[in-house]
Amino acid sequence: MTAPSVPAPAGTAPPPDRPSPETGSSGGGPETRPRKRLTPYWLLLPAGLWLAVFFVAPFFYQASTSVQSGSLEEGFRVTWAFSNYADALATYGPHFLRSFLYASIATLLCLLIGYPLAYTIAFRAGRWRSLLLVMVIAPFFTSFLIRTLAWKTILSDGGPVVGVLESLHVLDVTALLGLTGDDRLLATPLAVVCGLTYNFLPFMILPLYSSLERIDLSLHEAARDLYAEPATVFRKVTFPLSMPGVVAGTLLTFIPASGDYINAQLLGSPNTQMVGNAIQKQFLNVLDYPAAAAMSFILMAIILVVVTLYMRRTGTEELV
Amino acid sequence: MNARTQGPAPVRWLRRNAVVLAGLAALVYLLLPNVVVMLFSFNKPAGRFNYEWREFSTGAWTDPCGVADMCGSLGLSLQIAVLSTLVATAFGTFAAFALARYRFRGKGTGNALIFLPMAMPEVVMGASLGTLFLNTRVDFGFVTILIAHIMFCLSFVVVAVKARVMSMDPRLEEAARDLYAGPFQTFLRVTLPLAAPGIAAGAMLSFALSFDDFIITQFNAGPSTVTFPMFVWGAAQRGVPVQVNVIGTAMFLIAVAVVLVGQFTASRRRSRS
Repeated sequence: MTAPSVPAPAGTAPPPDRPSPETGSSGGGPETRPRKRLTPYWLLLPAGLWLAVFFVAPFFYQASTSVQSGSLEEGFRVTWAFSNYADALATYGPHFLRSFLYASIATLLCLLIGYPLAYTIAFRAGRWRSLLLVMVIAPFFTSFLIRTLAWKTILSDGGPVVGVLESLHVLDVTALLGLTGDDRLLATPLAVVCGLTYNFLPFMILPLYSSLERIDLSLHEAARDLYAEPATVFRKVTFPLSMPGVVAGTLLTFIPASGDYINAQLLGSPNTQMVGNAIQKQFLNVLDYPAAAAMSFILMAIILVVVTLYMRRTGTEELV
Repeated sequence: MNARTQGPAPVRWLRRNAVVLAGLAALVYLLLPNVVVMLFSFNKPAGRFNYEWREFSTGAWTDPCGVADMCGSLGLSLQIAVLSTLVATAFGTFAAFALARYRFRGKGTGNALIFLPMAMPEVVMGASLGTLFLNTRVDFGFVTILIAHIMFCLSFVVVAVKARVMSMDPRLEEAARDLYAGPFQTFLRVTLPLAAPGIAAGAMLSFALSFDDFIITQFNAGPSTVTFPMFVWGAAQRGVPVQVNVIGTAMFLIAVAVVLVGQFTASRRRSRS
């Protein structure tokens, strides 16, 4: 039973004895006034317009370009040439396959390599936590192209990495799997996957860390109090609670990796080219814009489907 | 008695710290290329490519701009990064406030529009924007690069600022209003300082993204607008000068120093208050 004469809490209504300079504005609520109702639209307008013109509209131009035919000299015209899509898949099918294969392997490796580091920073680092986080971001401070070129040195023929792997007969195993050949690492699929994994690893670690860091440590204690082995604590408590980070990290790794052409170009060979290489070549060297547009559309469609299915399966609809 | 307490001491230690060791190994993988870049900035290579160690030299450090066009491309990259950061941070902050503070029709569409550029491979965005400029007969150059960079930086600013604004306590602004602060004063003296860390994070992120972008830039650059990443890309085909490593190392050291000083002063301020 509450007394009906209790005064309203401060904030919901101004005390009557205080002279208010703008009477009515705090009482009626901001949503009711038409000028205020438009505020979010004005705030959103510059960014929204920019993205509408330079992100959404280009896709319509690209759609129209992808069904054009003609040549650079005579100009391209829309002829509803859907054969562009069939040609792209027929010519560059292997490139698409390699893109998604390499990107999937790199994503999996990023998860396997990145999880222990994210876990260490979140639970075992103590006062070194912020320093370790800086060290994860630090590689970004050097241009990624320069760092990718450094892998050419690290993996070079006759270099220490090749020497060690050779003496351990690891290269024989990877050659059997078709990942390397001729006792080299450079210009092999393994080098491309290694480069992709390296380049996108921080994009896996940071979301993993931010979701691990939020886990309440008393949950770990509770699990241990109930006689769970460390492995069980991880499987039943830690890993499920870090799922948002796993989903965000895998998406942030897989999407850019599947469109990448830098690692394939710098560390690979003509036999390791990905779909990005094909799009780049058609757009910038061959100047066959319809072919580039068709491939870019196929890549986008596949990624949208994969991402949607993945997000539905993992039950994370809202990431932003 | 579980697995953790069995076996001799070194085995137990290994078992307990296996995660940390794996984490440190990952850190080595992450930082190894930076070490190589640093070491090879002191190299004196035999040919045009700086991939094999020959002899120690400080030649490149004493003459960092000794390579034709490299420092010019660095200047262009800085210009574009500063301008696109300014515009993207302003527009992105407005949008973040709209999406974090208001309920309105079309909010879902707004959120999707912000999210999609981050879920799109760069090569797709670059090629489609390039198609737009080709079809509308816009000349590729400084302006087209700037437009592209603002486009892909926007989303990251919105995400950074929105996260901060949503975690802010609205009671602080109510308190300001209760103390007779006008809407403008409240915004300037309470809301903006509270949101500042998010805005700063967004600005730093967009500067880094713009400065280091290669793929989207390659599809939207003109023949005379060679940014620093494009210079490195070209060098990778023709021959990589040691000066590229000098720039990479210098940027790395400066940025690490700035971050460490920032963290040090922040922790001192925290311990004092």
